Amino acid sequence: MSDISWLVPVILTVITASTPLLLAATGELVVEKSGVLNLGVEGMMVVGAVAAFATASSTGSAVLAILAGLAAGAAVASVFGFLTLGLVANQVATGLALTIFGIGFSALIGAGYVGYALEPLPKLDIPVLNDLPFVGPILFGHDALVYFSFAALVGVSWFLYRSRAGLVLRAVGESHDSAHSIGYPVLRIRFLAILFGGAMSGLGGAYLSLSYTPMWAENMTAGRGWIALALVVFSTWRPGRLLLGAYMFGAITILQLHAQSAGIGVPSQVMSMLPYLATIAVLVAISRDATKIRLNAPGCLGKVFHPAR
Amino acid sequence: MSRSTLLRSVMGAALAALVAGTAGVAEAETKVGFIYVGPIGDHGWSYRHDQGRLAIEKALGSKVKTTYVESVKEGPDAERVIRQLAASGHDLIFTTSFGFMNPTLKVAKKFPKIRFEHATGYKQSKNLSTYSGRFYEGRYIIGTIAGKMSKTNKIGYVASFPIPEVVRGINAFILGARSVNPKMKINVVWVNSWYDPGKEGDAAKALIDQGADIITQHTDSPAPLQVAENRGVHGFGQASDMIKFAPKAQLTAIVDNWDKYYIDRTKAVIDGSWKKMDTWGGLDAKMVSMAPYTNMPADVAKLAAEVQEKIRSGKLHPFAGPIRDQSGKEILAAGKTFDDKTLLGMNFYVEGVEGSLPK
Repeated sequence: MSDISWLVPVILTVITASTPLLLAATGELVVEKSGVLNLGVEGMMVVGAVAAFATASSTGSAVLAILAGLAAGAAVASVFGFLTLGLVANQVATGLALTIFGIGFSALIGAGYVGYALEPLPKLDIPVLNDLPFVGPILFGHDALVYFSFAALVGVSWFLYRSRAGLVLRAVGESHDSAHSIGYPVLRIRFLAILFGGAMSGLGGAYLSLSYTPMWAENMTAGRGWIALALVVFSTWRPGRLLLGAYMFGAITILQLHAQSAGIGVPSQVMSMLPYLATIAVLVAISRDATKIRLNAPGCLGKVFHPAR
Repeated sequence: MSRSTLLRSVMGAALAALVAGTAGVAEAETKVGFIYVGPIGDHGWSYRHDQGRLAIEKALGSKVKTTYVESVKEGPDAERVIRQLAASGHDLIFTTSFGFMNPTLKVAKKFPKIRFEHATGYKQSKNLSTYSGRFYEGRYIIGTIAGKMSKTNKIGYVASFPIPEVVRGINAFILGARSVNPKMKINVVWVNSWYDPGKEGDAAKALIDQGADIITQHTDSPAPLQVAENRGVHGFGQASDMIKFAPKAQLTAIVDNWDKYYIDRTKAVIDGSWKKMDTWGGLDAKMVSMAPYTNMPADVAKLAAEVQEKIRSGKLHPFAGPIRDQSGKEILAAGKTFDDKTLLGMNFYVEGVEGSLPK
């Protein structure tokens, strides 16, 4: 037992590094399943991060802070929804603009909160279970958002593949014209999906500023929104693989730091490249089987829907 | 009066006022521009430079006008920003990160009448000075403290890029630590960024997980120190006093202090005495100062203060021999010190640093 005990802290760090990715990617999965490509994940995350931090430091309530992160992400997403669904703006351009806007906007409202620290989110310690060797600290004693990230993924998975509403959402993503012709409110469904995606991204950001590094720093998401986006493609739009991808990415990021700290003689620049190389390698491996991707990729992803046409 | 003549006369008056306004400004004020690599709110490196900028405004009042551009990436964008400052009538421009060296040199050649000052670099020209702090003096002091405070004899060092400035800091730290405890070792993690709170924090966690009980950093955010606080180990603030982030963990902080230098250089531009210079000031020049010694026993604090005074007065040089390289071979004999040229180009680890330096 003792020879693997060094793994425990490594795994704990991997969990914290993977959670924000998993939260944001779960939201984006639903958005893309409804046929909308929102590239603004990074922007929604960073706004969620600043909203959560500002709320936590002015009210002292973790619950309110988490809700603020959710609401802020959803609010930014609603702008995207209005532009792309209401005004039929280009989704790629609007999504990119959303990211740039989010980074600037969050820096503006966050200016007064720079240089302050927070107590991290409380850990949910369960006395007996937490003391179990090895499994205890890994399974128990995380903060609520870690458990929520798993619950959300399971919930989304159930919703998409086991519920009627999920079937309708997927139908809208497959072929919006068919869904429209049999009477489903395509725009309303997509708008709700976008709101959900925004809220989850905001939550991912809130995790960063409340738990991961409990402080506010400009642009603190540092590209994690883009990784979440890549993870959705990496997972070929399947929840199980999304979990795998998020944790693989987190694991490689953390392991390269450990390898350096242990003095393994590989250049640190190569180590920093590893997570991205791994993502590309897996993408190539998966895309060799084109039919499998086509089975899962939403048919109308990124296409504009105009009921009159 | 017809509408169009009215419009024309109003516009003419406005234009005249505008011209008069700008002319008035240009005569009375010396314009000083700054570019920072991080946000002024990083609470570290860029924050301290901005405090220096504010000190100029406070000291020289209406004689100067200062502007700054923050979060400028070290790359092609830097040249554009520096050029913009030069073209918009600034008399003196401070570029405050190592990576701005070549862009600054390039723009300085194109604007020979404007004075440039580049921090931490080594390339000068007729109108380009360089300046830096001897931060390694502070690193030697915090190394000494770490040598006294560590129980595992293992230091975790979160580092940015393998440039001489950072390598010198690592070496100074371990020399200080081994001066009181020859068993001390440093593990370095390079995060390849000056500012990525998440990654800096993760690096600190990895180092603590591998047994480090003192965390120190050469990156700009307070995240590693905050991790030290949460994990119950000790750490040091970087560039500014970060005690707010780690009331129990921060032992002290190396504080950059640019105020006096910035004021002096601006005055030199105003009275016409500005000359190209290479300034490298330490504790004695007050470019480097230490935050209060906290969270340590009184005897350690006393020792730290003594070391600080010895370095300031010149009795102790952090890079005094004997110094051995990683293999234990003596590279500097007792009684000698490394000269500034060796220090500025430092590209090797000394004894006690684990791993090999990325090339």
